[in-house]
Amino acid sequence: MMKFIKLLFRNQLAAVGAVILSIIVFLALITPFLPLQDPGATDLPNKFLPPFTEGHFLGTDHLGRDMLSRLFWGTRMSLWVGFVAAMIAATVGSAIGITSGYFGGRVDNIFMRFVDMLMAFPYILLAMAIVAALGPGLNNALIAVAVVNIPFFARNIRGITVGLAQREFVDAAKLAGMGHTRIILFELLPNVLPVIVIAMSTTIGWMILETAGLSFLGLGSQPPQADLGSMLGDARDDLFTDPHPSVIVGIAIFLIVMSINLLGDGVRDALDPRLRSGALSRPLPSTMVDRGGDIPTPTEDLLAIQNLETQFHVGNRIYRAVNDVTLTVKPGECLGVIGESGSGKSVTALSVMGLVASPPGVITGGAVRYEGNDLIGAPYEKLRQMRGDKVSYIFQDPLSTLHPLYRIGDQLAEAIQSHHPVSNAEARKRAIKLLKDVRIPNAESRIRNYPHEMSGGMRQRVGIAMALANEPEVIIADEPTTALDVTVQAQILALLDDLRRDRGLAIIFITHDFGVVAQLCDRVAVMYAGRIVEQGLTDEVLAHPAHPYTKRLIACVPELGEGRRVLAAIPGLPPIVSDLPPGCAFAPRCDKARPECSQGDIALEGAGSQTVRCLYPEEDIK
Amino acid sequence: MGAYILKRLLSAIPVILGITIIVFLIIELIPGDPATAILGAYATPENVERINRDLGLDKPMVARYFIWLGNMLQGDFGRSFSLNRPVLDEISDRFSATLILAGVSFVLCSIFGILAGVISAARQYGFADKAITFVVLIGISIPSFFLGMMLQLFFAVQHRMLPVSGMKMIYGGGDLPDILWHLILPATALAAVATGVIARLSRSAMLEVLRQDYIRTARAKGVNERRVIYGHALRSAMVSIIPILGIQAGFVISGAVYIEYVFEWPGLGRMLVNAILKRDILLVEGGVVVVASCYVLFNIMVDVIQSLIDPRIKT
Repeated sequence: MMKFIKLLFRNQLAAVGAVILSIIVFLALITPFLPLQDPGATDLPNKFLPPFTEGHFLGTDHLGRDMLSRLFWGTRMSLWVGFVAAMIAATVGSAIGITSGYFGGRVDNIFMRFVDMLMAFPYILLAMAIVAALGPGLNNALIAVAVVNIPFFARNIRGITVGLAQREFVDAAKLAGMGHTRIILFELLPNVLPVIVIAMSTTIGWMILETAGLSFLGLGSQPPQADLGSMLGDARDDLFTDPHPSVIVGIAIFLIVMSINLLGDGVRDALDPRLRSGALSRPLPSTMVDRGGDIPTPTEDLLAIQNLETQFHVGNRIYRAVNDVTLTVKPGECLGVIGESGSGKSVTALSVMGLVASPPGVITGGAVRYEGNDLIGAPYEKLRQMRGDKVSYIFQDPLSTLHPLYRIGDQLAEAIQSHHPVSNAEARKRAIKLLKDVRIPNAESRIRNYPHEMSGGMRQRVGIAMALANEPEVIIADEPTTALDVTVQAQILALLDDLRRDRGLAIIFITHDFGVVAQLCDRVAVMYAGRIVEQGLTDEVLAHPAHPYTKRLIACVPELGEGRRVLAAIPGLPPIVSDLPPGCAFAPRCDKARPECSQGDIALEGAGSQTVRCLYPEEDIK
Repeated sequence: MGAYILKRLLSAIPVILGITIIVFLIIELIPGDPATAILGAYATPENVERINRDLGLDKPMVARYFIWLGNMLQGDFGRSFSLNRPVLDEISDRFSATLILAGVSFVLCSIFGILAGVISAARQYGFADKAITFVVLIGISIPSFFLGMMLQLFFAVQHRMLPVSGMKMIYGGGDLPDILWHLILPATALAAVATGVIARLSRSAMLEVLRQDYIRTARAKGVNERRVIYGHALRSAMVSIIPILGIQAGFVISGAVYIEYVFEWPGLGRMLVNAILKRDILLVEGGVVVVASCYVLFNIMVDVIQSLIDPRIKT
């Protein structure tokens, strides 16, 4: 609760709303005790006195009544009416929603059809039909506005209840012999109450506005009773000659509605967990760069990631997702990057072309060199021209990585046309050829498919075709086979291997599966908690893993045909990269760890091609 | 496609029937004697009985519903006693005025709302975003009738730039430019709130979409940022924006009641307000049924457009 209030007040606008609203509500509550004039006392000779007149701070209206006093009483009336309407709508609507959601079946069907019917009306027509039947009057307007809002509550609460009614505690209550009424009142109601409160906070302003509106039209409060709406309606008759009563009352309604809106937004944001981490920020076109330290010198490699540091800045916390990572790849070479989820391998890959979502991602150090040119901090247009043309990506799960609303032919054509000014017909022709290259049957008709019309394996082939569209030099494949079954996986790997041999592509292959690495990669780098812990030729590393973590990872692969099917999962979880211990990050999970493992940095060392970051390696590789 | 539209149209029939039932029940079940209400001081027993017979109120309720429904289907909505003319004539006279006002406002709020939302999302936390968010906040908090009054006061009375009210000039008016000239203020006032709501929801729809993996794919293949936002992202965001437009159309129709009242626009909203004040029940029933049915049909149109944009919807 305190956390909620803190969050609410961190949102300055919500705080402003809360303050304005509290002042208004407080004044409305103490209105009867304030030394105000009689709001009904007419004084015709002194009508339309301007504001700041002696004795009438806000002037007088068309009957010479004191505006300040009328404003206070009118506000009190409007707030009260809105509050009562919201209470009625919330109570009745929630009752319908809970009953409907709890019993389900026919009850649910009948209630919800009825609610649908009510929602088929533009709301004011329904309210007007009710007022027409009941006759104009403030109570009737209140009832009309409440009824119009019942469907909103019923819908929302039903949705929540349906989810809750399946849960264990409801079953337990049933088994314990509790009656339906008791379950609804004591088990379900406390759980849906917060939702009801949120729904009220978002609708009450609206209900105040609507009752004011009906009064404004003369369908709500009737003289001598006056709420803000009817005051505005009266003042309108003299708008062109004496506008100040209209302006004053209108601004009062505006302030009430605005403060409730601000507060309501704040409440919703504070309760929506996604917004807490600042996740609903739009990712910039390329990752932010805030680079400190020395920039490494150029190398001969085709693509070189040098001492790369990428961090996520969330609130005051810093997650070091990639920490001093160096990787290189030559034409025709396949480099495997392996590690558990959260080891930083994908972030490393996305940093290359500035595709790490930013905010919260920031590249804070190192360099990424393509043919010797540093890409970190390069202008957006330069990066864009390289993306997909020189360095392209294949992503995991093509269902979410292909645009769901574009035909795959158009998505392929777009990839080509982003870099080559070719005609649509030519782009289409190339798209068909690409699909044939990745061995998709019936390519001519397939280009008219949407992603959801294809199988997972076919979609992944489309993803690969898209990566190949501009004949890039480097392909970064981020777990491209994880979402696929084993046979399809084997086909995709074979396809990538062919492409590498035929076209001399450099591939960086990211995976968590040593089996895949063994099949495809010349070299492999093992990542743990944002750092490389071991690197070497695939055969070397597989035969003689030096880091205890590598050894455990290799043990995770079941070996077919050897009768040994025991999966040796690694106990414990990878560390959270916001709070890394000094020394080896794997130490807490390592059974060979000694006290000195957790003191100070450990270098990546080795004599030949194999290097390891460990004080007590499994194999002596020096 | 044709089959889908037909299916949706057929599905509207029970909804419109439901609307007629609800309107009928609201008027029927609520205590009060229409005859007395109509006659007022002239409510002698003979007169009450005659009115009841004229209105068919001596028959059972279910029978009355079907008679009422059957008459409506034949185009007979009854006779308005306050205007002393057939309800349908009155409604058709006023229908076009409301259609022009609500239609133009709806187009305005859709265009400006989506545009503002997209720009706001594309420049999140930038100056444009903050400025738009501020204007939108005022837009959604100001009562449309108050905004209408202030527009009248400023543009029509103090600066005499635009007409105060009405739909056409009394003498020699009524052509298209004249009507548009009269439309500027009411349409602006009516569109303001909906523009704000659409802008807000478009902004969050865009932000939601911009975080999706396929946006990263588009960037990864080198699509330029303008196309990423106004092509890839907006196309997806429209899938969640279009249903919002459907809902907002309901709000525009509702708001039209206030705006017609403020600007003395000769539409259905003002007709309904007057009918309620005079307790002209048949006129209220007819007006509500016609407008609500149009709204249902409009929402079917929204569904059809939605199915054109989103290939995942089975048509």
